[in-house]
Amino acid sequence: MARIGVFVCHCGENIGRTVDCAAVAETLAGHPGVAHAEDYKYMCSDPGQALIKRAIIDKRLTGVVVAACSPHMHEKTFRRAASQAGLNPFMCEMANIREHCSWIHEDRDAATAKAIDTARTIVEKVKHNEPLQTIHIPVTKRALVIGGGIAGIQAALDIADGGHEVVLVEKDPSIGGHMAQLSETFPTLDCSQCILTPRMVEAYQHPNIKLMTWSEVEAVDGYIGNFTVTVRKKARSVDADVCNGCGDCLAACPNRRTPSEFDAGLGTRSAIYVPFPQAVPNTPVIDRANCGRFKAIAKGIKKEVCGKCAEACLKGAIDFTQQDELVTEEVGAIVVATGYQLYSIGRAQPEGLTGYGEYGYGEIPDVIDGLQFERLASASGPTAGELRRPSDGKVPQTVVFVHCVGSRDPEKGMAYCSKICCMYNAKHAMLYRHKVHDGRAVLFYMDVRAAGKGYDEFTRRAVEEDGAEYLRGRVSRLYRDGDVIKVVGYDTLAHEPVEIDADMVVLATAIRPQPGIKQLAQTLSVSYDEHGFINEAHPKLRPVETNTAGVYVAGACQAPRDIPDSVAMASAAAAKVLGLFSVAELEREPAVAAVNETTCVGCLTCQRVCPYGAVEAKEIRDRDGNVVRTVASINPGVCQGCGTCQAVCMSKSIELATFTDAEMYSEIEALAFWP
Amino acid sequence: MTLAYYPGCSLKGTSREFEESFLAVTRALRIEMTEIDDWSCCGASSAHPISRDLGVALPARNLALAAEQGADEVVAPCAACYNRLATAQHELGADADLAARMPGILGHSLPPALHIHNVVDLLAAYAPRIEELVAARVDPPLLAGLRVAAYYGCLLVRPNEVTGFDDAEQPATMETVISAAGASPVAWNMAVECCGGAFSISRTQSVVRLGRRIVADARAHGAQAIAVACPLCHTNLDLRQAAMTARGEEPLPALFITDLVGLAIGLSPGELGLARHFVDTEPLLASLAAEAEATATAAAAQESS
Repeated sequence: MARIGVFVCHCGENIGRTVDCAAVAETLAGHPGVAHAEDYKYMCSDPGQALIKRAIIDKRLTGVVVAACSPHMHEKTFRRAASQAGLNPFMCEMANIREHCSWIHEDRDAATAKAIDTARTIVEKVKHNEPLQTIHIPVTKRALVIGGGIAGIQAALDIADGGHEVVLVEKDPSIGGHMAQLSETFPTLDCSQCILTPRMVEAYQHPNIKLMTWSEVEAVDGYIGNFTVTVRKKARSVDADVCNGCGDCLAACPNRRTPSEFDAGLGTRSAIYVPFPQAVPNTPVIDRANCGRFKAIAKGIKKEVCGKCAEACLKGAIDFTQQDELVTEEVGAIVVATGYQLYSIGRAQPEGLTGYGEYGYGEIPDVIDGLQFERLASASGPTAGELRRPSDGKVPQTVVFVHCVGSRDPEKGMAYCSKICCMYNAKHAMLYRHKVHDGRAVLFYMDVRAAGKGYDEFTRRAVEEDGAEYLRGRVSRLYRDGDVIKVVGYDTLAHEPVEIDADMVVLATAIRPQPGIKQLAQTLSVSYDEHGFINEAHPKLRPVETNTAGVYVAGACQAPRDIPDSVAMASAAAAKVLGLFSVAELEREPAVAAVNETTCVGCLTCQRVCPYGAVEAKEIRDRDGNVVRTVASINPGVCQGCGTCQAVCMSKSIELATFTDAEMYSEIEALAFWP
Repeated sequence: MTLAYYPGCSLKGTSREFEESFLAVTRALRIEMTEIDDWSCCGASSAHPISRDLGVALPARNLALAAEQGADEVVAPCAACYNRLATAQHELGADADLAARMPGILGHSLPPALHIHNVVDLLAAYAPRIEELVAARVDPPLLAGLRVAAYYGCLLVRPNEVTGFDDAEQPATMETVISAAGASPVAWNMAVECCGGAFSISRTQSVVRLGRRIVADARAHGAQAIAVACPLCHTNLDLRQAAMTARGEEPLPALFITDLVGLAIGLSPGELGLARHFVDTEPLLASLAAEAEATATAAAAQESS
């Protein structure tokens, strides 16, 4: 005979205001099988838990129902308390009378009646609960980091320094990411490459880091502690083991007109290239789309074209026949650090976004974006650090910077703040004024958001020491008028229209996640928001975890982030990974499905519907080893307990522990048969 | 579809050449429409800043009449009329309280949603027919090579949620019509800039300053004429152009978009009321005719040799 205890929580006013908790406890006390019922103001508090523990012992309870908040909040708390009092933790269940009742209703009587119904159904379920044991699973103490920007590098270094192997996968030929493109960094104006390149080299040389550049994650199987990752190593067309990075092939390549991705399209590179001088690894890649030899092959020309790089290479490292290679890696944790791209402001936009045609980006050569300005200001950039505008190489005497291009503009589909632009615009204005002393730097802003250590001081310095002219208002149009760009805007403080003749205009365009992010997120089964930014598990309390256990997130793929934030997130994600790797075995809830092999007819419908690939066909043999029949078999390590197989099983041979048919039907019956 | 025609006051008064041109062109394009019987003022510029109810009721009355007279579409060639009609319909759709008050104010039941056209989108819908008529002409194409700056002003395209124009900042519908008429639209900067609107009388100097920028930019980008689709824009760019070109600049004819289509499909300048424009259109028409003549002679010479 069941002896169930019911504990009704007021949650302060949260439940108590709309539900008569004492009445719920009183009614449930009379329910068959309930040996004890009481209400308390905060059941999750220490005294509240003590009530439960005492009742379990004193009343020899066989099951516990806590009518309180969502199990997401406190199921763990109460199951732990039950287990401390000697009860199997899976005999403790929660009836949600807060999110599902008090928070959404106003009528006290009706809400109380509903709370009683809710508690009753769970009491009926607990009568059918079975004591269960947690599942223990092994952990592969090896991590995968996706993305070799500053966030990925930091996460990889921290995990590697913690003594565990890391596979660092980067889609570009070199690690370094966007940070390598920057000239200086705010708020200290230290050289970006000077602080980044030592980290890049460290990651390259670290004995625990396996670096895979020019590679992309293709597939991910498995679960926390036991992922199997397939990485596509794109054909480099250069044998990395033989190449010594001398650069003779680059000099020999006749195609020098390919726009350089690293220079944000402002400079050019050869078809065989190293993205930038400090690239890690310093091994070139042949860009097959722009290489004469591969273009000829693509056109079906049999004759071997060009090959000048191969002739120039004294080591014989060039290999035109190289193919993409699929590599499998076993890891226990994954850190996603794929970073961002800039919103392209031209007219044609992907994903239904509308651009800013009125800004003429892409049509007026001297209208550029923030990253392009970084390259113009950078000593390694196309102008060797001299500020010259792209169209005619003239030193611009007036530069207009426009904040919030795309960002904070719901009309353009991006209501969010891109966070870094206020700071980098101030930095750009300073860099410009440091290089062109008599030039004018005008910044159109909505409001200056400089929250961060030393940030506000930095923007003030731009105004007070470097003469940046801040103008509050939006720019309505940019158009070419002879040699200058007319900037038409409105000064909302002076309440008057403004027109400025600029030599160059820099648009601080919105930060967007990388183009392939949604596909990658689906591969990893992590959720993302409407913009494609990866969702964290909890916006405040679990900022670097995702909703898939064992997958963590760092840097600008989660939301617009500056360098300090990205690095902090990366270290936090690394700490989570190291925490995961510090235990010998992981514990998992036993909410997994199991097959009754005597009734299973082997139709394997469950195998076809399982989203996790947890179902396998199992052959049942007689004593002589002959196959008698085939049944489904579920790998409890892979099963995530979604219940899909249970729902489709036609012979009713699958039961999901904690959600068995008996438990579910008893809940429904409780609603139907109790007044 | 039954199309009602809402002329508004401009087309019957200061801008009667627009009505002449519009009626001649719609007739030639076989666009059937009926003028709304007993139409009244749309309230443009004056009513809506004073009273929201009045600003909506005045155009709504005309929409109600059009609907009662069996129309399901309305064309308002004047950009301000078009904007008021479209805005009234938009606001009635968005504000249930206003919609509930309206029958009491109007003495008519609330009109169903009508398709409200301006002259540009109406002509754009007939672009294939315009092309057909241009191609069918025996004379050499009159507008071939004519470089036209398409000027939209503000009321045709804004606000975007009311007008639903292709792109509030870089519209291209008028360019479609210009191309259909055989002329070449130019890329220029001032297509949606303000012409000064009703300030033509109270602050003439401001209108001249704004208009001068528009005309100068069109000229700088090689335009031989400006195409407009609004009586007020036309007044400002045509009547006030004498003041804009006082420093000896070449005058730039401001033509209604219907004038261009009319000329292209063979209507005479007289039918289109071109003589009523203040900037003399004669020199442009003469040069176009001469050019067409020369092309025809050259073609004939090539054919015979």
